[in-house]
Amino acid sequence: MDMVYLGFILMLSVFLGFELISKVPSTLHTPLMSGANAISGITIVGAILAAGADLGPWATWLGAIAVFFAMVNVVGGYMVTDRMLSMFKKKDNSPKEKS
Amino acid sequence: MNPEIIGGVYIVTAAMFIYGLKRLGSPATAVGGNLISSIAMLIAVIVTMLSLEIVDYRWIAVAMVLGSIIGAVTARRVEMTGMPEMVALFNGSGGIASLLVGWAALYSPGGGFGGLSAFTMVTIVLSILIGGVTFTGSLVAWAKLSERLGSGAGAFAGQQFVSLLVLAALVVCSVVMVILPGWTGPMVSAVILLSLVLGVLAVIPIGGADMPVVISLLNSYSGLAACAAGFAINNTILIVAGALVGAAGIILTNIMCRAMNRSLSHVLFSGFTATGAAT
Repeated sequence: MDMVYLGFILMLSVFLGFELISKVPSTLHTPLMSGANAISGITIVGAILAAGADLGPWATWLGAIAVFFAMVNVVGGYMVTDRMLSMFKKKDNSPKEKS
Repeated sequence: MNPEIIGGVYIVTAAMFIYGLKRLGSPATAVGGNLISSIAMLIAVIVTMLSLEIVDYRWIAVAMVLGSIIGAVTARRVEMTGMPEMVALFNGSGGIASLLVGWAALYSPGGGFGGLSAFTMVTIVLSILIGGVTFTGSLVAWAKLSERLGSGAGAFAGQQFVSLLVLAALVVCSVVMVILPGWTGPMVSAVILLSLVLGVLAVIPIGGADMPVVISLLNSYSGLAACAAGFAINNTILIVAGALVGAAGIILTNIMCRAMNRSLSHVLFSGFTATGAAT
C-alpha cells in the first residue's frame, strides 16, 4: 500500500513538473536550471537522516559526507541563482530608464 | 517532533517548492520565486533535524558548516561568465550526495544487507546509478566548459562499444545486487564504480557547444536521483521535490534544445552513437 501511495505522489509531481515549465523566455533558461538544481539539493534531508539516525559508523560517515556535498549544492545553488537573477534585473531596468 | 507534524511541514514545503518554481519561470517574479524555494529548503532542513530519529548531531553540524562555507565562497567568487560551469559543479555535488544517501540506505534498520525488500533495493540501486552518472557527467561538463578539457576531446575509437559494454555490465551487476543478497557487498562497489565510469563516457564525446543542454539534462538526472533516494528511505519530500526537478529539467532541456536547434535524442544518446558530432 505504501508503495502505491508513494507512486501516486511521484506521478502527480511529474505531471506538475511538466506543467510548471511551459513558456519560459530564453533569458531565464540558465537561472531556472540553476534554481531547479538547488531544489534537487533536497537530498540533504535524506543525508541528515542517514548521518544522524545512528545506523552504525559506516552509514554515519556516508551520511555526513552526503550532508557536506548536498549543503554545497543547496547553498551554492541558491546563491548563484540569486546572483544571476540580480544581474538580470539590472539589465531589465536599464532600458526602461533610458526610454 | 512526531512524524505527523513533520509530514505536515513537508507538505507545506512541497507547496512552497512548487510555487517557487512557478515564479522562477517569469522575469518579474523570478527573484521572489528563488527566495521562496530557498526558505522552503531551510524549513525542510530544520524540521528534519528536529525529527526523533536524529540522535547524533555532531557530524551533521560539522558537515553542514563546511558545506555552507564552501558553497557560499565559490558562489560569491565565480565570474558571471563562469556561471554555467559553476551550476555543473553544484549539480555534480548533489548527484554524489544522492549516491551516498542511497549507499547509506543499505544500512537501514531492517537488517542491513539482505534484510531489505526488493523494491527498496531497486530504488537504492537507482539512486546510486543515477547519482554516480550525474556526478562524473557534471565534472566532465564542467571541465569542458571551463576549457580544462578540449571541447571535442575524449571521443575515441570504439567509444560506442565501450559505453554499451559498461552499460551492460552495470545492468548485470544491478540485477545481481537485487536478487542475490549475499552478493550485495561486492556488487554495490561495482555498481558505484561502473556508474562513475558511465557518467564520463556519456558526456565526453559531446561537443562543448552542447554543454548547457547536457548540464540541464544532468540537472534533471540529479532530481531523479534524489527521487530514487526518497523511495529508498521512504521520504515524501525527497520524492516530490526530486520528481519536480526531474520533470521540469527534462522539459527545460527540451526547450533549450529547440532554442539551439538540436534534437533532444541527439544530445541524449550521442555517447552511444558512432559520432559525437562535436561542433
